[in-house]
Order: sequence, then structure tokens, then C-alpha cells
Amino acid sequence: MLNLIFYAFAALTLGGSLAVLITRNVMYSAFFLLLSLIGVAALFVLASADLLAVAQVMIYVGGVLVLVIFGVMLTHKPKPETTTGPQAARPNYILTQHRAWLWPLLVAAGLFTAFYSLISRIHFSLFEHRAPFQTSVDTIGKQLMTEYIIPFEIAGILLLAALVGATYLSSQGDRTNNQ
Amino acid sequence: MIIVETRPALSLRIYIHLPFTILLALPIFLALSSGFVVVGVYLERKISAFIQDRLGPMEVGKWGLLQLFADLLKLLQKEDIVPAAADRKLFLLAPSVIFASVFAGFAVMPLTPDLQGSATAVGVFYLMAIVSFDVVGILMAGWGSNNKYSLLGAMRSVAQIVSYEIPLGLTILCVVMICQSLNLQEISFQQGIYTYEPNYLFGIRALGIDVTDWGGIFSWNILRNPFLLIAYVIFFIATLAEANRAPFDLPEGESEIVAGFNTEYSGMRFALLFLSEYAMMLLVAFLGAILFLGSWNTPLPNIGPVRLADWTSGSPGTVWGNLTGAFWLLTKALAAIMVQMWVRWTLPRLRVDQLMFLCWKVLTPIGIVLLLISGVWRLLMI
Repeated sequence: MLNLIFYAFAALTLGGSLAVLITRNVMYSAFFLLLSLIGVAALFVLASADLLAVAQVMIYVGGVLVLVIFGVMLTHKPKPETTTGPQAARPNYILTQHRAWLWPLLVAAGLFTAFYSLISRIHFSLFEHRAPFQTSVDTIGKQLMTEYIIPFEIAGILLLAALVGATYLSSQGDRTNNQ
Repeated sequence: MIIVETRPALSLRIYIHLPFTILLALPIFLALSSGFVVVGVYLERKISAFIQDRLGPMEVGKWGLLQLFADLLKLLQKEDIVPAAADRKLFLLAPSVIFASVFAGFAVMPLTPDLQGSATAVGVFYLMAIVSFDVVGILMAGWGSNNKYSLLGAMRSVAQIVSYEIPLGLTILCVVMICQSLNLQEISFQQGIYTYEPNYLFGIRALGIDVTDWGGIFSWNILRNPFLLIAYVIFFIATLAEANRAPFDLPEGESEIVAGFNTEYSGMRFALLFLSEYAMMLLVAFLGAILFLGSWNTPLPNIGPVRLADWTSGSPGTVWGNLTGAFWLLTKALAAIMVQMWVRWTLPRLRVDQLMFLCWKVLTPIGIVLLLISGVWRLLMI
């Protein structure tokens, strides 16, 4: 039963990612990305990483994916002939312009080897005690506040810097408009 | 340290869930969330009529009680129109995605001491995450409709939901800090006479007044930390925005953009969007009741020999316990919904700049201060 669920979600993940690559419509690929992200979150749950699964949904679906969709929508400039005339009766669509495959393939292969060699060598503290199912919330909370406090704080400062930078950039645009 | 040590014993009690309670929780919540639209629409119409000094629906059935069934019949008979220039697949899929994402939130809601879909330890965090699925569904509807008003409505809705997630998250975090748990059932147990740790008056241990035996309203979160009452007000405002309810109904502002992202929908698909709006109201009302207002615990305290709390809440595991639990939780949730409706028909719609001002310059700073206070309060509680 558990195996069946695992294969179903693995198929969802792989199928979603494949569809992202195949479809030319950027909005469709964004929504297929949603499917594959849900699949990955479900796989995390099956690996008893419940907090990670929810964080994945929250950050990637709620943050990154919505940002991607907004970015695509706002930066797209439809050609004038598509907003008037017979073309206007067709659905909205944004097609990818980029169809090269060599560089993406190289980058993907490089990332795969790097991650694979890293993950096969890494030593996770959770690997030792394999309980049937245990929530990872308490462990993660304690580890973040003790062993990994410095990376945690550095990530916080980085995010703060990004926030301040974003505010500065957007306020600059405002000031030039006012003058 | 005491809290950490007592948890395993409690977790054992909570996490051992028989599959049948999960199978029972699903149809109950499905019936509740779709049945609520019947009550909700009638209530909304009657309350709005009362506030505007009208009678409301009176023709169909006694006091217009059957009005909604007439409306449903009408919607069922209507043609399901897909505009020629719409993106057919996205357009047809979007209402289901929106409803599924709202309904998925009910999976972690405790209805009674024993009945909960999933007793996951990340319940509250999961709820926050599931709201973002709603956003994707709304974008799908707005983009798929290929209509300027729909797209504008979807954009407004998403901007609003994403912004108000911040004060919402901060207030939820206050409760999580006080309760030291992300599990909604565990948070519920703490706020009543069946708690596993002693409750003190206003949560302050130094006062030395043990209210564990009093129960009732004295063990609710809004009294365990009185500042959570302010947090509840912020939570309530933020949830109004999350549910796209007036005065935050800019995404469907009729006078500006027709009906926002549901402009092009008709027939049963429109009904499904409507259903998810009401299900969202119910979801956030439930969440507010569970986090702040004592969940399924009775508001009546034990006063000396008058054991009001004992009489009005049965112990977990018994039929009486489940009945009273469901009764109190539903009463609190419905009361919150009444306030939602009252607000809707009292306050005018906000402008976009007022909306953003309220979120970023009023609610978020107050939320951060409350978070700090809650942290200090937690230190007073142990």
C-alpha cells in the first residue's frame, strides 16, 4: 500500500517535471510545476519529513511559484495584432522563446552529479534512529536553536538585507517619478 | 523542561488514531462545509436585510427558508458557459482547485476531543501552507478567463492574500508560542479542564492561582495571555482579507471590476466558487475558535460546588464528550461568522492604498510587538 502511494507520487513528480519541459505555453509549465512540487512534498512526507513537506508547499507553491506566475504575467507584452482583430478571439497564451537544449542539459547533469555525490556522502543525524514514524518538528527546532544557530542567524541577516534592498530599489523608482 | 517531558505521554494518547475516525471526519467535514453554504447564505441574506431595514427573502417557504434551494435549482439548470476566448482547460479546472485547497484545510481541524482528520504534528503550519494553493487556483481562474476584469480581480485577490498572510502568521505564531505546539488538537486540550499541564490565572505562575480545575473561559488562550485578545482582533481582520470578504472584497468589487475572477463563471462552476468562499469563512472561523477561544471547551467555569464546566463538557472518549465538544466548537465558529457578516454589511469597501496601509503599517507592527510580548509571557508561564 505504502509502496503504491510512493510510486503514484513519484510518477506525479516525474510526469509534472516532464510536462514542464515539453509544453511551450509558459503558464501551463507553471501549473505543471505545481503538480511536481506537490509530488515532491508528498515524497517528503513518505520519508517522514513532515515539516519539510509543509515548508516546501509554503515556500515553493505559495512564494516562488506565485512569483514566477506574476513575473510571467507582468513582463509579457502582447503583440498589438493579438489584442485586436481575429487573434483576439483566441485564449491568452505566452510561448517560450528559448528552445536550446545543450546548456540546460549540461547544467542539469552537472547539478545532478554534484547533488548525488554530496547526498551519498552526507551524514544525517536523523538516519541513526529510525522510528516507525516520528515528527521532525521538535528535532528541527532544537537543532536550529543549538547546533545550527549560526547558519540560521546568517540566513536571517541575508533575508533582512534582501528585504531592505528591495525596499530601497522600489522607493528609488518612486522618487524619480515624483521629481 | 517539564513541558518537553510530559509531551510523549500526551502524544501517545493523541497520535493513536483509529482509521475509522479519519474515515468519519472526512464525510462530516464535507457535509459541514457544503451544508454550511445553505445556512450561511440564508443567514447572510437575513442579517443584511435586518441591517438595511428590509425583510429579506420571504416568498419561498416559511420566512423564505427554502429560498436557497430554489437558487440551487436555478444554478443547476443553467448552462455551463465557457467563453470562446477562454483557456478551456484552466478555466474548467480552476473552481475545483480552489475548492479542493480550501477543503484540504479541514483535514487537520479537530471537531471534538476524539474526531480529527489527521493528527499531524505540523497542523497549524500545514493550514498556513494550504492557503497558498487557493492563490494558485484564483490565478488559474483569472488567467484562464481571458478577461481584463477577471485578471485584475485575480491579481488583487492574490496581492491581498499574500500580504495579509504576514499579520495572520504573526498572530498564529503568538498562539503557537504560548501553547508550544503546532498540533491543533494539542492546543485544544490545553484550553480546558482536560489539560495535561496546570493553568494559572492569566497564565502567570507567580500569581499562584491555579485555574486548572476552574476550566471554562479562564483556561482559554485569550485569558491565558490577555494580549492574545488583541491578537485575535488582528487575526479576525486578516482572515476577512484572506477570505475576500467585505470590507476587503476589492477582488470582486462590483462597482469597479464586475465580479473579479468569477466574472465569466456560470451555473454549477459559479456555485462551486461560491461554496469555496463560504467554506473558507467556516475554515477561518473554526481556526480562530480553536486557536483563541478555547476550541471545543465549554466557556462555563466550575465555581465551587457548581460544576458548570464538568456538567457542560463530557470527558474525551465518551459520546457526551464528543457531542458537547462539537456543540461548543460549532457555536463559537458560527458566532464568529455572524460577526463576519455584521462587519460586511456595516463597513464600506477599502481602497487599495488603505488596504495596504492597514496591512503593512498597522497590523504587521502590532503583530510583531504582540509576538515579543507573547515570548515574554511564555517565560512567566513556566
